[in-house]
Formats: sequence, C-alpha cells, structure tokens
Amino acid sequence: MTAPAEDAFARPSAAAIVATRTTCPYCGVGCGVLASRDGAGGAKISGDPDHPANSGRLCSKGSALGETVGLDGRLLHPMRRGKDGAFVRISWGSALDEAAHAFSDIIALHGEGAVAVYLSGQLLTEDYYVANKLMKGFIGSSNVDTNSRLCMSSTVAGQKRAFGADAVPGCYEDLDEADVIVLVGSNAAWCHPVLFQRIMRNREERGARLVVIDVRRTATAESADLFLQIAPGSDQALFSGLLVYLEKTGALDREFIQKHTDGFDFAMAQARSTAPDIAKTATLTGLRQTDIVSFFEMFAGTECVVTAFSQGVNQSAQGTDKVNAIINCHLATGRIGKPGASPFSLTGQPNAMGGREVGGLASSLAAHMGFEADSVDRVRRFWNAPRMATSEGLKAVEMFDAIARGEIRALWVIGTNPAASLPDADAAQAALRKLELLVVSDNVLSNDTINSGAHILLPAQAWGEKSGTVTNSERRISRQRAFLTAPGETRPDWAIVADFARRMGFSGFDFRSAADVFREHAALSGFENDGERAFDIGGLALSSDAQYNALEPVQWPVRRGERKGPARLFARGGFFTGDGLAKFVAPAPPRLASQLSGQFPLRLNTGRVRDQWHTMTRTGASPRLARHFPDPFVEINPQDARALGVAHDGFARVTTNWGSAVLRAIITDRQPKGHLFAPIHWTQETAASARVGALVGPFVDPFSGQPESKATPAALAPVAYARQGFVLARKPIRLPDDVWWSRVAVAGGVGYRIACDVPDEVWRDALRQASATGDVVEYVDDAKGVFRAATFANDRAEFLMSIDRRMMAWEAALDAFALEKLDSAQRLSILSGGATQGECDEGQLVCACFGVGSKRIEAAVEDGCRAPSEIGQATRAGTNCGSCLPEIRRILAMRQPAPLSNRAVTL
Amino acid sequence: MERESLVVVGAGMAATRFVEELTALAPDRYAVRVVGEESYLAYNRVLLSSALAGEVPVADIELKPARWWRAAGVDVLSGRKALRVDSCEHSVLLEGGARISYSKLVLATGSRAVRLGVSGADLPGVHTFRSIEDAEALAEIGAARKSVLVIGGGLLGLEAAYGLVRRGASVTLAHVMDRLMERQLDAVGAEMLLGSVEAKGIRVLLGASASAIGGDERVQWVEFADGARVETDAVVFAVGVRPNVDLAAGPGLSVGRGVIVDDSLSTSDKSIFAIGECAEHRGVCYGLVEPAYEQARILARRLAGHCDAYEGSVVSTNLKVSGVRVFSAGDFLGEGANPIICKDPRMGVYRKLVLEDDRLKGAILIGDTTGALDYLQLIRSGESLADIRDELMFGASALRKAA
Repeated sequence: MTAPAEDAFARPSAAAIVATRTTCPYCGVGCGVLASRDGAGGAKISGDPDHPANSGRLCSKGSALGETVGLDGRLLHPMRRGKDGAFVRISWGSALDEAAHAFSDIIALHGEGAVAVYLSGQLLTEDYYVANKLMKGFIGSSNVDTNSRLCMSSTVAGQKRAFGADAVPGCYEDLDEADVIVLVGSNAAWCHPVLFQRIMRNREERGARLVVIDVRRTATAESADLFLQIAPGSDQALFSGLLVYLEKTGALDREFIQKHTDGFDFAMAQARSTAPDIAKTATLTGLRQTDIVSFFEMFAGTECVVTAFSQGVNQSAQGTDKVNAIINCHLATGRIGKPGASPFSLTGQPNAMGGREVGGLASSLAAHMGFEADSVDRVRRFWNAPRMATSEGLKAVEMFDAIARGEIRALWVIGTNPAASLPDADAAQAALRKLELLVVSDNVLSNDTINSGAHILLPAQAWGEKSGTVTNSERRISRQRAFLTAPGETRPDWAIVADFARRMGFSGFDFRSAADVFREHAALSGFENDGERAFDIGGLALSSDAQYNALEPVQWPVRRGERKGPARLFARGGFFTGDGLAKFVAPAPPRLASQLSGQFPLRLNTGRVRDQWHTMTRTGASPRLARHFPDPFVEINPQDARALGVAHDGFARVTTNWGSAVLRAIITDRQPKGHLFAPIHWTQETAASARVGALVGPFVDPFSGQPESKATPAALAPVAYARQGFVLARKPIRLPDDVWWSRVAVAGGVGYRIACDVPDEVWRDALRQASATGDVVEYVDDAKGVFRAATFANDRAEFLMSIDRRMMAWEAALDAFALEKLDSAQRLSILSGGATQGECDEGQLVCACFGVGSKRIEAAVEDGCRAPSEIGQATRAGTNCGSCLPEIRRILAMRQPAPLSNRAVTL
Repeated sequence: MERESLVVVGAGMAATRFVEELTALAPDRYAVRVVGEESYLAYNRVLLSSALAGEVPVADIELKPARWWRAAGVDVLSGRKALRVDSCEHSVLLEGGARISYSKLVLATGSRAVRLGVSGADLPGVHTFRSIEDAEALAEIGAARKSVLVIGGGLLGLEAAYGLVRRGASVTLAHVMDRLMERQLDAVGAEMLLGSVEAKGIRVLLGASASAIGGDERVQWVEFADGARVETDAVVFAVGVRPNVDLAAGPGLSVGRGVIVDDSLSTSDKSIFAIGECAEHRGVCYGLVEPAYEQARILARRLAGHCDAYEGSVVSTNLKVSGVRVFSAGDFLGEGANPIICKDPRMGVYRKLVLEDDRLKGAILIGDTTGALDYLQLIRSGESLADIRDELMFGASALRKAA
C-alpha cells in the first residue's frame, strides 16, 4: 500500500497533472478520485492511487461517478414559484433579496427562533461554516441542523460523552492491522465497500477474523467468520454482557482504567444488572449462548480488536447508549487509539464529519465548542458577532415539529431532501407546506422537498463543479476540487449563503474564495485553543490559496506550527473531558421505542442498497447502478410471506402508524422472521409509492435526537396487479393514474417499471400522447394479457412499453432503446421481450463495475469456475471494487457441486 | 418386361412434379407419355408474375430442359390438345386424330382463367393472365406505356397489376369486394396491403363491379355498376380460374367444380387419376401449386407401389410483389380464437397468428414474412405451443440465430 501523504503541503503527485484529484461525494470513507472530463458531457473517473483512504480503489458507486454529472433535471437558474404554482426564472439578485428580506421580516416580527436552516452531510466544510456563522453569530439562532442528525448524531453524542469530544480515536490502517474486526450494525460490504475490502484483505492475508453483528444476514454477514443475528435494539445488552465477561475473565486493562478513565465501577454495575451472564445476554439478544461465548472469547483474547459501527447502532432511540456500550468495552481493555485496536465509527456521509467539526448542528456552537458562556464569548469575539446564539437549537425532528406548529415560519434547506428522508416524512412534507418561506438550494429542479411548496430555488454547484474540503471517517480532511465548468448560474453554497448574509446587512461575510472560508474556519478551531479542544486545524489557518489548492489529505488535529496530525488519539489518555479522563457511560437497559401490536406485528428495518446513494439524485442518473435493484422493495422472511400470502416478486403494502408504501416483495431467509427490510432510496421522483421515510416512526434518542429508523412496527399485506411491465422514454413522463411505477435511468433515457390494472385503452392513449409522428409499432396477445408498443421518430425508438401478466426481462429492450437507429427487423424485435442478436440476458446485475449479471456468473460456474478469483478471471466480475464478492460467493455456493467429502457416496 | 403405359394429360407444374417423382421412384415401371396443349415445355407458372415484372427472364421459368425429359425416358407431346378420353378403349384422342392408349391415365389439365360475363369481354385488348403468351402480351402493353385496368384484387390481379406497373403501364385495379385479397386477409391486413399496393403506383378501386366493357373494335373503357366509367387501353381479367374438366365427360367421371378424386387421388374410374388444379378433393379445388405438388408426390408414390394417401392440404398464399410480402395460411380470420398481433404500419408490417388452445390455426404475415414456412408447418402439425407462445411471433429470428 502506498504510504499516506503525511505532509499536508506536500507537492501534488504526478497524477494531478493529467486529472483533477478530488474526493468521492458518497460515503464517509472519503476515497480519493482522479477525475477529468470525457468530452461527451460525462467524466472519466478512477481511484486516486495516492489517496490514503483507498489507494486507488473505488466502489461501484464511485466508479460510476462519470455517468452522474449530466445536466438532465439540473437546476441552473434561480427560480421563484409563481401564483400558478409553476417556477419561473429570476435573477440571483432578486432571489437573494427576496429571501433575505423575508428572513429579516420574519425575524423582526416573530424573533430569530422563527427561522431555521437545514443542512446536509453532502455540503463542503466551507458551506457549513458560512451557514453556521450566519445563524449562530448574526441571526442569533441555533436552529441550524443537518441531515447528519439522521445518520451520525448518536456517535457524536456518544463520543462527546466518553471522550469529551466528537473525535474518532482510530484510523483506517487499524482495519489492516487488527486481528479481530467486529462490525456492529454495519453492512460495510455494500455501504463502505472500499473499507470492507481492506478488512477482507486483512482477513485473507493476515488471518484476521470478522465478527458481524446485525439483525439482517447482509452481504457483510455472509463474509463473516462469526455472524451474530441479533434482536433489534439489544446491542447494549451484548456489549454489557461483554464488559461483564471481560471482567470475569481478567481481560480488563486495570491500569488504563485507573489512569485514564472515570465511572468504570458504575458502568460495570449497570452492565452486571443488565447482562450478568451469558444466559441473560442470550435471552436479551436472541443469540445462541455458544455464539456469544465465541464472540466474547475472541474479543477478550485478542489485543488488536477494532469494533466498527454504523447506522445499525446510530439509528436508534438508544443509539448514544449503544455507542457508549461499545466504547466502554474498548476503554476497559485499553484498546483505543492503538494500532489495530479501537472503537471506530464508520460515517455515513462524505462530509458529516466536516459539518461536525464546524459545529453546524443545533447541538453545538462552532468548532467543537458548546454553549458554555466562555465558548459563546470566544466565538463572539472571533466573529465579531452582533447576535450570538446562546443555547442549543432544535434538532431535525424537533425542527420539523416546530414548523408544523407554525413556530418556525421560514426555512432554508441546503443540499438535502428532508421531505423524503425524515421519519414520518409525510408529516414533514405537510409541515413544509405551512411555511411562509421555503428556500431550497439544490442541484435539481424537482424533488420531494421542492415539491412541498418551496418558494425560491437557488441553483448550487454540484460535485465536480464545486471546490472545498470534506472530512472522512478517520478525521482526514481532503479536497474536493472542481474539474467541470459550473453550468448555468450555479454558485457554490458558501457563496450563496455569504451573499444572502450581506443582503441581510451583516458584515463578516466578504469571503472571496473557499480558501478564504477555510482559513477562517481553521483559525477559529485554533483560536484560544491550547489543546483543550480536540478539533484544531490552526496549523492550516495560514495556508495560502496555492497551499489550499494543493492541500494533501491530512488528519486533524493539525495544531499551529504543525503540518500533519496524528493517525490515532487517546492511546495514552488525554481525553477532552476537562480532567483528561475518558468517561464510562452506563447504558440504559435495552428497549425499543415502540411496541408491536396486533395491528402492526412486524418490525420494519430500513437501510441502503449497494449501488444507490440516498435519494438517488446522483446515483439514480447511472443506468449501470440502476440494474442491481431497479425496483423499490421490501425483504420478507419466507415464513411471514407464507402466512400473509405474499408472493416472491409480487407486491406488498407496508403500513405503519405513519404511512404506507407498496413495494416489490423479495422473499429471503436473509431477513429474520418478524422483520421487514426496505431501502430508503426511492422518493416521489422515482416511484409511485415507495417513500420509506414516511413509514418510519419519529422516535428519537434523548441525547442525540437521532430517530429510530430501523425498528418501526409495521403491517404487511399482499397487493395484486393484473399486469406488470415497463415503459422506456427519452424524458421523464407522467404515467396514467393508478399505475405502480418506479423510475430508473437507462441508456438514452428513463425506464419505468410498472404494475397496473388499467385497461389497454389507457395505454393506447398514453401511446398517442407519446408519439409525435404516429409511427407506432405494437404487439398484442390479448389472451395472455400482453400489450407491447413502441413509438419511433427518425428510426429511433422514442417510447417503448411492455406489459404482461408477469415481469418480463427488459435487458434486450434496454439494449435496443440505446441504439440511435433501428432497422425494420429491430423495430419488431424490440417488442419481442427476448434478446436481440448476439446479446445475452445477464440476469440481475451483480458486478456494477463491469456490468456482469447473475446469469453470466452462473454460466462461469457451469464452465468450471470454483472460486471468486476464477470468476473474476473469466468475467472480470468482482475484480474492481469487490463489493459484489459476497454475492459471487453466494452464487458459487448455490451453483457448484458440493465437495466430494460432503456427498453421499454409495459404492 | 413390358412397361405399363401411363399417360399424363397436361404438361404443367403438377404433371412435371408427378413425372419427376414417379421416374425417380419407379424408373422402369411405366412408359410415360405427357400430352401438353401449350407449345412450350412445362414451365413454372407461378413465376409468370415475376417474369411479367421483369424480375425473371421468361427463358428461366422452364421447369425441366428437353434433355431431362429425354433422360427420364418420357415422351412429351407439346402443343397437342387432348380432345377426349375413351375409358373402354383406355385411349386418349388427340387433336389431329391421333389416339394414344393408356393403362393408367393421369389428368393434370389445370384450370383456365375466367372472364366475366359482361358485354365486351371478348373485345381485343381484353386479356387474362395465365400463360406465357399472356405474360408477353401484357409486357408489350406495359412497354407501350398504355393504361390498363386489372379486374380482380386477388393474388393474381395484384401480381398482374404490379408487373404491368413495372413494365411501364399506368394501372388501375378494380376489385368487386370492399377489401383486397379477402380470401386470404382480414380487414386490417387488407388495409395494410392497400397502402403498400398504392405506394407501388397502382390506383385501386374497391367495391367496383365491372358491368360492361366497350370501345370501337378494341377496348376503350370499362363501366361499373355504379355508373362510373374508366377509360383504358386494355383490360386484364384476374377474377379466378375454372378447372379444366372437359376430358371427364368421355369416361363419365364424377365432376364437381373439378374432377372428383378420393384420398388415393383416383377418379371414379380406378385407372384414371387427377391431380392439381383440375382435381377436386374432399370438396376443395386448390388453386395453388403446393397442394398440386403434394398430390403429385403422393400419386407418384402410390403408382410406384408405395402406400400413401392424400388427406388434403393446409394451404398458404404468398404474394409475389416485390417489397410487398404477403403470406396467409389456415384459418387466418380466427373468429373466436385468440390471435397474437404485431403491427408496424410505417413499415407496412402486419403479422397475425391465430391460436386456439395454444395451437396455431392460421397466420397472416404482411411486410415481414419471416418464419412463414415454420408457421405453416406448425399449423399442419397442430402441436401445442404453450411453451413458446411468447416467442412465437419472433421465433423465426430465433431459429435463424440458432442456425
């Protein structure tokens, strides 16, 4: 592996000469990317071999970035909603004046608590900084929160409680050096693929063992040495049981506990009361005692243990306690900040960490400072601020409750889609409609939030166009650099906010560049910071524009006079708790926030799929990524499905107390009995009825305010449609009412996967509307319920629909639709539902990087491939990002003959 | 050993195929004589349309060269009309008085073109389209860039009209029914065909019933039942054919529309057989070459001593108009059955497969006739297509790909 570039101001490598070195905009791994324009509206993308996070590797999502930079659906000019409800283009000047005056008026009438800003982990640190400064120093309100509240805030709260600061103790190299890696509530194989491949490499090369703790048997779990399929909400019980076991077996680091921590005895007593022994731990967690013992023995007997955790821990009404239950075990064994030994939060978003460093959340003030009087005073002096916020503001869920109550009257949403992503999202959507002013800064013309009555749209620069810094899960600050020309009138978010602030009459917002903002941010972090605040990048504060532009990935803290930071923290104590001691925090006894009932007898878990990101604003533009899971779905255990009469590949309605959705049913024993799983990616933009946020109950953690997104009581019922099929169009279209649909990007246009009961006449109307030329080809088999049709213009298919009693493969139609010219035979065969000449049906996409489907991999197994590496040689599948390797192993296991020793031998 | 004397009356396609099959199966069993009224050696009448259209030279449509007939040991009497059959004497009287005797007699006299019984139907300039002479006459009319009215919108009329256009004539086609090829196409198919035919430069009058043909000494106009009158230099009747059954009278053979034969293809006189368009089997007179060939093959096998029987044909129609492919077979209307339909109006493509209980009953293919013979085979076999129903419409390309 390439050594990390440790000097923040080191000269850029040769790679920078030919391509722009930037950072991936997806998960919190923060991979380095080499990007350049491809000259055809897209981008050439490869992993940056010199970036320490990924050493050149990229996952399926990162590899497909080049397909996501097109301008379809982009918001390119400021817009205002007219009286007729339609948006009309306006100038930047009038958009910002109008918004600033409305904010000022509302503050004048109703006070600063009547306005709020809602930010995003997708924003750059510089964007966060300016928005946070405006709200907390000039408007005087802490009602600035972020979607990071929904993903990482329990870790923030847990780390603050334990370490006195939101500081990740370890680094990625720990994943290379650990002997046991415990993944808790993390489907890293899909959600942090590049890190997962590091873990798998460690496992293969060094023999590290992988323990996976999850409610679902995920792709990650399938790669584990030990999989603990835990009952939801019981992680504290497991880690309490572990703490008790560590003490019983003498595995504690008494010296570390004594010298560097506080509160051990109480935490231990609490752990004993929760999970005094293996049997009780088993009862609480639903695990087998033998599995628990295996895990405890492995943990106790291995010095180099990393416990990495993610949303399965955070997205809980007891998420903060879960984080502390994990940290407790590491503090108790002194395994923190040491090579290969640390608790490790795997961050969800590309810059949730940057936002946390800025303090761009309602629960902190700025630069790792809270609302203590001296902090408020310090920041006031630094900012020369006229009106400081002096207490915490409303966290995301509270903020939207306040909007619903009419207390917040103006909201500015920047770079996120709360109408889709918040819990009880239908209520959030209704709340947004009540606002006197809803300003949305975004890249897109339409999303669930914009369509919830937004008044003003401000066009922001997107990834590839904007420039600034992001921080990844290991405290590493990397540059996102522009390599595309900013289209239309788009501007950087920090510049939009600064301009707005000036129009509100505030000084202190005369930033000329992202570098300017960064320098002030860095200076604030170091301001009167003599080592008592963890976050300190004072060493970067004086960087010139050129130095900023050339900034190498660097871990914080970088204190004044330093040029690089430590890879690890806390190995020898030095916590930021005032007394320097880490705090053991006793978690409350485990319980879920909601109870099952006769009406809602199942638990709904939510999460991500491998090839999509959030609400698919970017990943949704890639035809390749759409092929892994084209439909919004719910995973159901076979027993539940049987009992409820839901068929595999059919449809089911998931209902909770808060909302409902109709999703394609995937029946799988990867899902435990009584538990459903539905991914979060689909919105009103991309599906008829798949707003999973609307299903999630708004129960939040008392410390972090993070919602319990993974355990909502739910009911499931089968939904039958007479016919299913798909529509391909060049541009998004409006489908007939009563049609179930989900929209995906396809080569040359958009694809709708549909299910319906509407008669053919409705479709004939749609066809007539779709065809400007009247050039229509159709195929009808009434007896079988088949109706397929395509319209053409200049020999290119413009619109194609196919409905049938069951879902037909659409790969062949997609291939034909991608062609610019079809001959007369192809005009018919496009309706055949079968493969066109020379093409083979791939089946479900497995390897997104090389577009290899399950059928091709099955064929490779038939041809004698017996290992993932052989499959890779034969098909290239799994040889890039490796995030499909668990699926390849699954196919291998199912397809290949059992080894001889396992075969029944009769002689 | 003395060979048995076998006489074939008629030297068309059925006769040629019969002789070919028979001499191959039983080369030494019969002394075969073929009597043909036309002065040419047997030719492929199906290709007359192509010959008229100039797509095939007339010389190329001869079925077998003279040396082949010689080599087969067959005595061919061309340009000799058979006048009468004497079944008592087992002989055939030829024009000019010659009499040839037979042990077995095969009637393959074909059919002749029908002229409508309207006044002026015999005027000079009124043609039929049945023979090489007809084709040559029509080609000359075309070359002279004259106007022609073709009466009859069936297969032959369309081919004649197309051939004439290709030769340079200005062609109007008048059809008595409200749609073209009504015996082979449904309304949608006929409409599609109409578009394609008009695109070839043929003016089409539907529901046009000719009531009179007139002119001084030769054709100048045709009048229709609705009183409309069309000026024209020539008229071509393409209103159907009538089996040539004159020879059946002598031996008193049973005759319906054609000479009635049983499944062994023998007439009511066990030493006289009939095949091709002159024969009527199970109430059907086929006007197509394929059943004729099938009958020829089966009769040859029987006369060669093999067991075989003719149980009727599932017929199909192929229109030979360049760029306007039309195929029709079986129960193409499919009323009450479940058709699968594929339409591409801009490309002039219409494909309809009629299924009943997942078995193919009939087909119409317009514009794109790929798979026609496969469908015909499936109609004949009657096998269940439940497994491949979804691919059936496109199956031909799948077969081609597999090949």
